[in-house]
This record gives sequence, structure tokens and C-alpha cells, in this order.
Amino acid sequence: MSAVTDTAPGTRAPQPSGGLSQSVTDSLVIAKRNLIRMARIPEMVIFGLIQPVMFVVLFSYVFGGSMSVGGSLDPATYREFLMAGIFAQTVTFATAGAGAGIADDMHKGLVDRFRSLPMARGAVLTGRTLADLVQTALTVVVLAVVGLLVGWRVHEGIPKALGAFALLLFLGYAFSWIGALIGLSVRTPEAATSGGLIWLFPVTFVSNAFVDPTMMASWIRPVAEWNPFSATVQACRELFGNPGVVQSDAWPMQHPVWASLIWSVLIIVVFRTLAVRKYRSAAV
Amino acid sequence: MPGAIYAEGLVKTFGDVKALDGVDLDVPEGTVLGLLGPNGAGKTTAVRVLTTLLRPDSGTAVVAGIDVLKHPNEVRRSIGLSGQFAAVDEYLTGRENLQMVGRLYQMSARDAKARAVELLERFHLADAADRTAKTYSGGMRRRLDLAAALVVSPPVMFMDEPTTGLDPRNRQQLWEVIQELVAGGTTLLLTTQYLEEADHLAHDICVIDRGRVIERGTSDQLKARTGGERIEVVVHDPEYLATADEVLRTFGKGASKTESHTRRITVPVTGGAKLLAEVIRELDIRGVEIDDIGLRRPTLDDVFISLTGHAAEVAEEEAEAAK
Repeated sequence: MSAVTDTAPGTRAPQPSGGLSQSVTDSLVIAKRNLIRMARIPEMVIFGLIQPVMFVVLFSYVFGGSMSVGGSLDPATYREFLMAGIFAQTVTFATAGAGAGIADDMHKGLVDRFRSLPMARGAVLTGRTLADLVQTALTVVVLAVVGLLVGWRVHEGIPKALGAFALLLFLGYAFSWIGALIGLSVRTPEAATSGGLIWLFPVTFVSNAFVDPTMMASWIRPVAEWNPFSATVQACRELFGNPGVVQSDAWPMQHPVWASLIWSVLIIVVFRTLAVRKYRSAAV
Repeated sequence: MPGAIYAEGLVKTFGDVKALDGVDLDVPEGTVLGLLGPNGAGKTTAVRVLTTLLRPDSGTAVVAGIDVLKHPNEVRRSIGLSGQFAAVDEYLTGRENLQMVGRLYQMSARDAKARAVELLERFHLADAADRTAKTYSGGMRRRLDLAAALVVSPPVMFMDEPTTGLDPRNRQQLWEVIQELVAGGTTLLLTTQYLEEADHLAHDICVIDRGRVIERGTSDQLKARTGGERIEVVVHDPEYLATADEVLRTFGKGASKTESHTRRITVPVTGGAKLLAEVIRELDIRGVEIDDIGLRRPTLDDVFISLTGHAAEVAEEEAEAAK
């Protein structure tokens, strides 16, 4: 303690902090840690895969025959229509994973350990959401294979299809920040899992994912059309060249790619801010 | 010049529970302070405030010469925290845990790697270095947790109930590690419910109850304040109780206390071993058969009970649960 003091008597002047490069490094250290965990708990990844695959099978072969898409009752048409919805639903389910993971870290005292370290403040959350993004990407790949098996096809070329996948992953990344906030707000990992899932059902069902909003009650239709989730589904159908693109005057349905990007950015900005603030709130 | 850990007037309220109600602490560099108190006394809250995890409602705190509230991140560079629940990632190996913590202390990847090897060796975890912490025993996990707190050899350490739930052998091992650390010049604040532990490890002891420091001093000072020595006799048969009590009252300096179901009589004395010899002789002359006799000095347990009015194990309302 030889440094000259410039604050309270007997206190030492601070050293400058690392800034952006420290944020990036710390986030990557945490992301690596979460990816190692995922590799060591493969059942988590496998359960994450089973659910969307099951949905594809259930919707295709149980509902498929009775659903009309653009006036066609052909089950094959419904399966092509369905995949964009299932893709989008799958990426949003990453929310629950992020929430449960962070709640678990809080519960086990790891968050206290991290908070007591001189690391970048948002890194624990950013690292978690990045690791979830990797898992989501893996799930999307498996789901695409299952989709191809049940007859889903890409009709507009590979670059546009890749664009659609990018939009999906971006949406999933945005939703994982909502999960992060939920994980920080509940008391147990169990609560984070259920709390991270229940609200996703209305969000994904009051949308164009499984049925055409024009068939819905008139009061709920605008909700479905302005749902951030619907914009991404609509964008994917356009970019994949799949049937069932919603014909509507609502702006997000007219410009779904832009709407999807804007919604995802907005969600990240709002929920990242709230989650990082929540993470810091208990700490100094 | 304040000590390595210094706090003045710390107050922290959770709802209507005052977890800290004006706590002052001063731990000179290179010494160990034992923060002693029942569950919910405010020990953990005090540690959380001093380690930047919790902002107090009022008060000041300075750790390693740095203002905790003004420069929390600078404080974090100078402290190590070992928690009540071993905060290691159970799906990471011991080595991976230590490397991660090193990286987050802003060490280079190479330094973090080298430091992990050193610490694993030092804490007898080298053989288990590449097993996930999930497979570790309770004692191994605590050692790993402690190693994680020591990655940067911080000048100031905080340990929140480091040995809670450990078996005696592991506790002994951890005590040795702690003593080594302190011998190396580390300043340590240790919370514990085990009076024996505070007695064994701490230079100074602060007894805290309901968010207030109710007594402070060295272990010997606290014992002296609670009262002096006493003689305790266990007679062989209840029929001797009356005679023994008569003898003890003659030699004692105060009221005797008889517990007939354990055939035990206690009386405060002054005069130590010499007096004890006289008592034994007198009892022998009177034909009192005894099973046990001894000169007892107050334990920290006695100190605790006399200060707080309840034993250390009694769980008070869980103020910390309110957070």
C-alpha cells in the first residue's frame, strides 16, 4: 500500500479496468465453461433435440391431415408449412435453458464466486447466451435433417435458406436474454425451467407458426401478426419458399425480414439491459 | 491507519429484518478475525458486504486499503472468497475450475494453467485434477473451493463457515491449510458457528448476534470476562451429593450448582490446582466416592451462552433467508 491516496483517507487509487477486450475474453471464458458442461451432460442436449423432433412428427401426422394451408388440405403441404414454425419455436425454447442454467449457478453459489472476481459485469450472462446459441444451432441442424426426411424442402436457393437460419438463430439469441432475466429473478432452477417455458406457449401459438392468423378470431389476429415470433416465421417461409405466407396488410407481415431483425435487436437491447442490471443489482 | 479489513457502522436491512445493525470491524494486517454467531446473526451478510456482493444501506468499508463501495472491482483483485457452499462447477474438472477462475482474475491462459497445477499440488488434488468436481468428496470440494479463492494469492481472504459439514479429519486438514496461509501473511476474516474453530484459528473474536457486535477480544479475554474457573465433581452415588456439596461450599467462592440426575456439582473457585488438591483430600477424608473431578475453565461455548442467552447451535430467525 505505497500508492498515494486520492479518495478517502487510507484508501488506494483504482487501476484502470480492461474495457471491451476484457468483456470479450471473460464472456468467452464463461461460454467455454458452459459448452464443457453441455458436453458432459449430453442428456440435456438430447432432450432439447427430442422435443422439436416430436413436434414435427405429431403436427405432421396427427394434425397435418385436417389443416388447410392456402386452401390445400394436402398433408405434404402442411408439413412444408409447419417447418418454419417448428424451427422458430425450437430456437425460442433456448430461453428456458438459459434461465435454468443461470438460476442453477445462482443456487449453487457460483454467481457469488463470479461476482467476487474482477471480471466484466455482463460476461457471466453473455457467456451463457453464447453457449446456448451454439446448442441452438446444433438443434436447428438436426431439425433440418428431420424436416428433409418428412418432405420439407428449400425452394429459393441455399443463400436465402442460410439467411433464414441466421434470422432464426438471432431470434433464439434474443430470447435467451429473456431467459437470463427470468433465471436471475426466480429462486430455484426448477422455477426458471417452468417459468421460462409457460409464456412461450402463448407466444408461439398466437402466431402464424401452426395456423394462418386470418383464421383466428378478429381481436387476436393483430396480436398474432405483430408478434415478434410471427415475423421470423413469415420471413423463413419467404426465404425457404414454403407455402402459407400470410397475406396481410400488417407491416411485419409485409416486411418480415426487417421486422424480424428489428424485433430481435429490440429484445436484445431491452432484456440485456434489464438482465445485466439485475445481475449487478445485489452487488456493489 | 485502518487495518486490512475495516468497517464502520454497517447497516443492512432485508424487509423488516435488520441483518446488520451498525457493525464495526477492524482487522490488522496479517491477523485472523473470527466472526462468531448463530445462524441468522448477520455473519454472512457482513462477508457479502465486505466482498462487494451486497451494498449496505449505510456505513463504510475498506478492504486492502481500497474503498469497497467506491472501487468494488479493485477490491475484487485483492480478495479471495471461500463460501459456505463450495462454489465450484461440479461438471468441470478441478483443473478446469482453477484455470477458469485464473482467467477471470485476468491472468493469461498460460499463467492460469501453471497456477492451477501449483494449487492442485499444494492442496493434494493432483491425482484428481482431471476428474469432474462432481466426483470429489466433501473435503476435496472444500479444498478446491479454497484453492480457487487463492488463485491470485490475495492479501485478504474471506471464509464463510469454511468447515461447516466437514468430518473431523477434513476439518483438521483445512485448519492446517488456513494456519499456513496466515503464517504467510494473509489477513483473514473467518465466520464460524464452531467456537472451537474460532478458539483454534482466530487472533481476535467478534461475537455477533442479531446484526450487532456484542463482544470482542481475544479468546482468553472473552473467557475471562465470562467468569473464572470452577470445580466440577461427579460423585459415584447420589447418596454422596449432600456431603460433597457441603465440602465444595466451604472451598468455593459463590453458589454451588447441583445436577442430581448426572450426580454433578459445580462451584466457582479461585486458587486453581492447589485448591483442587485440597478439595480431593477433604472429600476422601469424608468418605465421598467420586467418579470424576476437575478444574474447569470457561469454554467459548460458555462465553457464547452467557453473551447471547442461547447456545450457538440454536438457529435464530434466518435473517439471511430473507434476502
